Amino acid sequence: MSTTRPEGYWSGVFKRLKRDKLTLICSGILLLMLIVMIAAPLIAPHSPYQGSMIRRLKPIGFPGYPLGTDELGRDMIARLIYGGRLSWTLGISPVVIAFTIGGMLGIIAGYAGGWLGMLIMRVTDIFYAFPSVLLAVAISGALGAGIFNAVLALTLVFIPPIIRVAESVTTSVRVLDYVESARASGAGAFTIVRVHVLPNVLGPIFVYATNLISVSMILASGLSFLGLGTKPPEPEWGLMLNTLRTAIYNQPLIAMLPGVCIFITSICFNMVSDGLRSAMDVRN
Amino acid sequence: MIATIFRRALYSLPIALAVSLFCFLLVHIAPGDPINAILPPDAPADVVAQVKEAYGLDKPLPVQFGIWLFRVLHGDLGRSLATGRDIWPDLHSALANTLVLAAAAAMIGFPLGTMFGSIAGAFRGSWIDRAAVVLAVAGVSVPHYWLGMVMVVIFSVLLNWLPSMGASPDGSGVWALDWGHLSHIVLPAITLSVIPMGIVTRTLRGIVGDILNQDFITTLRGKGLRRGGLIAHVVKNAAPQALAVMGLQLGYLMGGSILVETVFAWPGTGLLLNNAIFQRDIPVLQATILVLSMFFVGLNLAVDLAQALLDPRMRR
Repeated sequence: MSTTRPEGYWSGVFKRLKRDKLTLICSGILLLMLIVMIAAPLIAPHSPYQGSMIRRLKPIGFPGYPLGTDELGRDMIARLIYGGRLSWTLGISPVVIAFTIGGMLGIIAGYAGGWLGMLIMRVTDIFYAFPSVLLAVAISGALGAGIFNAVLALTLVFIPPIIRVAESVTTSVRVLDYVESARASGAGAFTIVRVHVLPNVLGPIFVYATNLISVSMILASGLSFLGLGTKPPEPEWGLMLNTLRTAIYNQPLIAMLPGVCIFITSICFNMVSDGLRSAMDVRN
Repeated sequence: MIATIFRRALYSLPIALAVSLFCFLLVHIAPGDPINAILPPDAPADVVAQVKEAYGLDKPLPVQFGIWLFRVLHGDLGRSLATGRDIWPDLHSALANTLVLAAAAAMIGFPLGTMFGSIAGAFRGSWIDRAAVVLAVAGVSVPHYWLGMVMVVIFSVLLNWLPSMGASPDGSGVWALDWGHLSHIVLPAITLSVIPMGIVTRTLRGIVGDILNQDFITTLRGKGLRRGGLIAHVVKNAAPQALAVMGLQLGYLMGGSILVETVFAWPGTGLLLNNAIFQRDIPVLQATILVLSMFFVGLNLAVDLAQALLDPRMRR
């Protein structure tokens, strides 16, 4: 016996995603990078910390070191792989935290409205008065270098835009008929938000948040590049770019490698986010 | 219109006040006693007490904020810890350099972005459109500090065409309009222009595409309006929004140039900030952030007003 069910929203999304080759390729690249980073101890041929004065700045293709060595003689492959772990963590975690906090605040502001919504949105306005790079540099510059401070600074940078998006989608859902009828049938605010609002606003907020990952990766590595994120000898792409600046005259190709990794990651996250947006049919 | 100007200006005041409060608090969120931001840690105790009183650090925070704001409004941004000099003269010349760099980057990025975006929007789905989309995504995804290094490697190290460091041949940091100075600005300006180019391309593609899909365009076409006339209509409708994006991008260029300035040792606010961070010179950090963000607030206001001026629908 077969029953025909109307096609659900998510199966439609997946169907559209499957047809979007560029998004699939980019997700594949990201997935591959993730697997390599998780399996770093198995894959990396050398320690990312073990340097050697006689092996400094060996070229790409050097026996035993296919991508050469850095300015302290450390294996580039190992450092790029382990560096990815840190760069990804630094780039993604602020967006995840900001998605949680900003999404919550935005939904509250959008659903509750009134003085509470007003308060949240006006505080958000203040943070909009700073260019994002400047805000990140200001906070982490004042707090000092360190992974925790960098993540904190970036989280504060991304909360306001997520609040704005969450607030505007929640406001548009709040006035819809089914929310109105739920309220009329006596459902409490919490139930309405959980059952009727959340499923409809999470998608757009999520898509917007994925769009921020690319910027976050660039900014996070940028902070490390400025000496504000990770500290040496920890491998991190931005920090590696900075320390390898001394090598641009001897081994320009090697000095460029960490940047290539940041670029690839950031462009893939951007593509996947764009693909998700059109597959989920979210208006920007 | 005058009422609009007045209302928008009035609305920026609390924002400006809140931004200054944030900058004021920067000294206090820095780890350790804020006195460490003014005095070296090895200062004798009586000097510490003296300076605390002079700076009003013994008073409650709101009073301190009042005193600080009063000084700032009178042009006293404090002294640098590292050099002991007044911050303003150094910040002033750094601001000028950053403005020059941002303007140069804008002059490269905005016209190119406008061109690519408009063409892509007008010919949706064509290969030009796809190329513009790729270019836009690449522009916003590229770590520009890395792009700067690539530029240095290609044009300074390998080809030896352009200088890679500083703003002038004599290293003075004073700007002039001759080839020696221009050659120094080429690489950092191109590097910095990539992000606004990508964003302007993306925005204009959307705007132009949307406008061309609207009914009045179909009507105009149906009435036999030629391409030149259509373009005039599109430009008129796209201008306010395009202007807003570019205005904000100019602000992001000013505030975001820190990474590119670091790569090219450009003697602007970014380098000033970078040095301040390295030397934990919090007063310089605070003053630079304050001036840059105030510039951004002013720019936001200017964009708002320009939009209202161009588009009567915006005069709410």
